[in-house]
Amino acid sequence: MPGSSVTYNEDQLWTMLSEVIDPEIPVLNVVEMGIVRGVSFEGGKVIVRITPTYSGCPAMNAIEKAVNDKLEQKGLQHYEVVTDYAEVWTTDWMTDRAKLKLKDYGIAPPEKTSDDDDFLSSMKKTKIIPCPFCDSLETELQSEFGSTACKSQYFCNSCHQPFEHFKCI
Amino acid sequence: MSLQNMNKEHYIAYLLRLADDRLILGQRLSEWCGHGPELEEDLALANMALDMIGHASALYGMAAEIEGQGHDEDHFAYFRDDADFTNLQLVELPRGDFAFTMARMFLFSSFSYFQYEGLKNAADEQLRGLLNKHLKEIKYHLRHSRDWVLRLGDGTEESHHKIQEAFDEIWMYTGELFYMDDVDQTLINDGNGVALDSFYNEWKKLVTETLEEATLTVPDWDQFMISGSRLGSHTEHLGHILAQMQFLRRSHPEAEWK
Repeated sequence: MPGSSVTYNEDQLWTMLSEVIDPEIPVLNVVEMGIVRGVSFEGGKVIVRITPTYSGCPAMNAIEKAVNDKLEQKGLQHYEVVTDYAEVWTTDWMTDRAKLKLKDYGIAPPEKTSDDDDFLSSMKKTKIIPCPFCDSLETELQSEFGSTACKSQYFCNSCHQPFEHFKCI
Repeated sequence: MSLQNMNKEHYIAYLLRLADDRLILGQRLSEWCGHGPELEEDLALANMALDMIGHASALYGMAAEIEGQGHDEDHFAYFRDDADFTNLQLVELPRGDFAFTMARMFLFSSFSYFQYEGLKNAADEQLRGLLNKHLKEIKYHLRHSRDWVLRLGDGTEESHHKIQEAFDEIWMYTGELFYMDDVDQTLINDGNGVALDSFYNEWKKLVTETLEEATLTVPDWDQFMISGSRLGSHTEHLGHILAQMQFLRRSHPEAEWK
């Protein structure tokens, strides 16, 4: 309740943060996405560190606001949401459960990032992404860019459905 | 970023060069929104524009922090005049046709790729993190624009002609990609910069191989090249793009997004 002093432990804060839903992919929350990097206590203040997924992602402002709103709503008075660039967000931080949820939602989840040291030769090859609906490998890339910065567009030649793939970065 | 003992002016200049390139190219790319040759490409161009503007915004934010005068990223984007901008002339040229847009995108993103690879191990943690994040997106831009260079070059007679013409026209703006001065030197000395000439040959090789694969003629590397944009010399086009981009913000300087 606002006004009264409410304290939470770290686990409770993580649970609270996992109630914040990604505005563009409503089946995932910001903890499973790997957006929340840490929760700490500094001098009576709760510090929540978040990191952006894509630099130009318009959802980032909304996410930051939603995290702030959630903390306020839960009665926290001294907190700060810090954007941290030091750690570079990667789709590898998405939990397996989150990837499964993406697939059920109709978005092909990102595969594991490979070490991209040899990007200049790997950029010449096309990756095969299984269709999230029928698991067929007979799919083709339509565009590297989809409806949001984090997705690309594919077409399944088996079930003849277009689908989105969460880019692996 | 640790602000002690740091040549602030050079750091700000460096970040602004990186940011200005991306803001102006982002603005140019966004002109395609609703005009792309096909829906998928329209989305791709808008996505790349968004990435560019996102990169610029983060870099401006860092410059503002170093400057320490209470400015935010909007100050650098909207309240500076053309002579204060230090973007490459390459990025301010009008968007041209789709072939021109892709030729420019390919040249710029291949250059950026090597530049950011060189900055991958920058000493400053926040700068390094930021640039490495951007590098992931640059790879998509490079892959995408390279595909189009191949597709248009090795496509129909008309598409071949158009993209050849685009490269011929843009070539003289590629020389200053590699311009360096004491701003770069300061960052290199601190372990936060990259010597641009260190990857010139690799870049040239990638461009040459791509153009040849696209059955295009590589223009003369030793032809006349323009210079001066890193010091504020620009084509007439910059003033126009700034007028369009800054007008609304300057009319309502106190307005805030809520």
